Amino acid sequence: MTNTHDIQFSKESMDRVEKLIQHYPAGKHKSALIPILHIAQAEFGGWLSPATMDYVASILKIQSIEVYEVASFYSMFNLEPVGNCLIEVCRTSSCWLCGAEDIIDHLEHKLGIQVGETTPDGMFTLKAVECLGSCGTAPMMQVGADYHENLTIDKVDNLLDQFRSENKKSRYC
Amino acid sequence: MSKKLLLKNDHIAGINTLPVYREHGGYTVLANTLKNLTPDAVVEEVKKSGLRGRGGAGFPTGMKWSFLAKPEGIPRYVVCNADESEPGTFKDRYLMERIPHLLVEGMILSSYALGANTAYIYIRGEYFYVSRILETAIEEAYKAGLLGKNILNSGYDLDLHVQVGAGAYICGEETALLESLEGKRGNPRIKPPFPAVAGLYGCPTVVNNVETIAAVVPILELGGDEYAKIGIGKSTGTKLISASGHINKPGVYEIELGLPVEEFIYSDQYCGGIRGGRKLKAVVAGGSSVPILPTELILKTANGEPRLMSYESLGDGGFATGTMLGSGGFIVMDEDTSIVKNLYTFSRFYHHESCGQCSPCREGTGWMERILKKILDGKGTLSDIDLLWDIQSKIEGKTICPLGEAAAWPVAAAIRHFRPEFEAYVTNPDSIKDIKHYYRLQN
Ligand SMILES: Cc1cc2nc3c(=O)[nH]c(=O)nc-3n(C[C@H](O)[C@H](O)[C@H](O)COP(=O)(O)O)c2cc1C
Ligand code: SF4
Ligand code: FES
Repeated sequence: MTNTHDIQFSKESMDRVEKLIQHYPAGKHKSALIPILHIAQAEFGGWLSPATMDYVASILKIQSIEVYEVASFYSMFNLEPVGNCLIEVCRTSSCWLCGAEDIIDHLEHKLGIQVGETTPDGMFTLKAVECLGSCGTAPMMQVGADYHENLTIDKVDNLLDQFRSENKKSRYC
Repeated sequence: MSKKLLLKNDHIAGINTLPVYREHGGYTVLANTLKNLTPDAVVEEVKKSGLRGRGGAGFPTGMKWSFLAKPEGIPRYVVCNADESEPGTFKDRYLMERIPHLLVEGMILSSYALGANTAYIYIRGEYFYVSRILETAIEEAYKAGLLGKNILNSGYDLDLHVQVGAGAYICGEETALLESLEGKRGNPRIKPPFPAVAGLYGCPTVVNNVETIAAVVPILELGGDEYAKIGIGKSTGTKLISASGHINKPGVYEIELGLPVEEFIYSDQYCGGIRGGRKLKAVVAGGSSVPILPTELILKTANGEPRLMSYESLGDGGFATGTMLGSGGFIVMDEDTSIVKNLYTFSRFYHHESCGQCSPCREGTGWMERILKKILDGKGTLSDIDLLWDIQSKIEGKTICPLGEAAAWPVAAAIRHFRPEFEAYVTNPDSIKDIKHYYRLQN
């Protein structure tokens, strides 16, 4: 059992959760699970710790296992800590055709990490992901919830500089 | 001939807001329909229009609607499929981002026709910013009495909600979508029962694609019969095509069905030809799942007829020489493209996205990805190509949902049309290292 008592949604998040639950018929509040997990991930450091998931289970009055099995199914839920900035580069067909590999190679080189890793200072996590519905503006990457499209090496460099100087934390939802 | 029904106002500033949408005729179809047509009459118009589902399968929408079970006292649901995760497809995003009220109006009309008082738009989680655009539009609609109780004094009530997913292609499959909407893993359900009988929360449910639902607005504006005159044969109306890859003008285009493929690729009105003046090598015409075709078969059918952008013409010749319109994800590849590598990106995708319930899909997608990697790394053998063929042939028809087929078809088609290229990778890996040079030699 993980201790959940020191995890608590802000008032604003709790209001959102309460509104969400009203989207569904009586007794079907489990439907709110995925949207609530997004709110939790955004509020509690960009990932879902077991304690966070237990807390969400307690809000919905469902078993923790019901939360774990959902959280582990969907690729947007991070079950391990990630850097302040989560960079996800699309590598599927259209993006690959338009140079996604060069973008990924460049990011690996520039950040000094491989895909799947986090920089030692905890600033960046780099991931390669599948089609994000931005194939007409390829190559592209998503940083937190934000789309960055028609990427070039220069554009990527500028974005990295900007994120560093702002000490940016990804916005998730 | 270009005909725009869905995107006729997409470039008007502020069209995403209710006042501007209304200035351009928005919600007049809704007002007229609620006043003059019964729900059954709306279904009838949609049937007459010949509209076919725009999500990929092309099933006639009116027929799907007429299958909806209507037991007394049990709620019915309309769910819009905005999961849009088929590689190469980004039209629904464009439509929702630019003209969110068109989808909202379509949702109200569809829900009215089907007698649903609650409806959901299930949108992929990555489209977070689009979900906010939809939420804003829905809020505007509630405030204007277009949603909620007694819509426009018609006595009809509807609540409409946006639900975000969290990254899973499989949740575009309609029963997986419903599981996900119920707060579960996106494992497709065994059918029957179909959603029309037991869908969301076990109640009768219709699931339709964003573009399908948006098309209901112009159908009711024109009348089903007039809509059916647009397009060609049984491919009625217009279709949004997401064009990407090696073209001069990637983007979302609304075409009248029946447009020649050659015109779509080369005309300045659409893709504007191949980048850098290079030659065309191949096209995936309807999203990653549909068979790839080489230049000679995408521009012309096996009989030498011009290939048209329609369900029938793209399908002409079956999988031996044809393909499918699918979701309209049109991916263009130039002469320097490695078909094997492109296929590898697809196979890796399907392996990643398999939900794992059925062994042929779970194991087969992994095998196909690994064998393709081996071939790409120059370590493959000729028998690996046969093994790939064998694996893909053992998936089709043996799984709970069509993701298995979606993973198998691209492999089969690439081998069918580009076998010599696979062979070059295994017999002479050095020759293929400089891929551009290799293809120049071939051409
Ligand atoms: C693996 C898989 C993924 C799918 N993804 C989508 C999708 O992202 N969007 C969509 O509208 N339909 C998708 N479909 C098709 C849906 O199951 C369903 O047929 C469709 O939403 C019906 O709407 P329509 O008749 O309006 O096309 C997918 C099907 C499969 C098997
Ligand atoms: S075919 Fe694949 S994705 Fe579909 S249910 Fe079976 S394992 Fe899951
Ligand atoms: S292939 Fe990269 S966004 Fe679609």
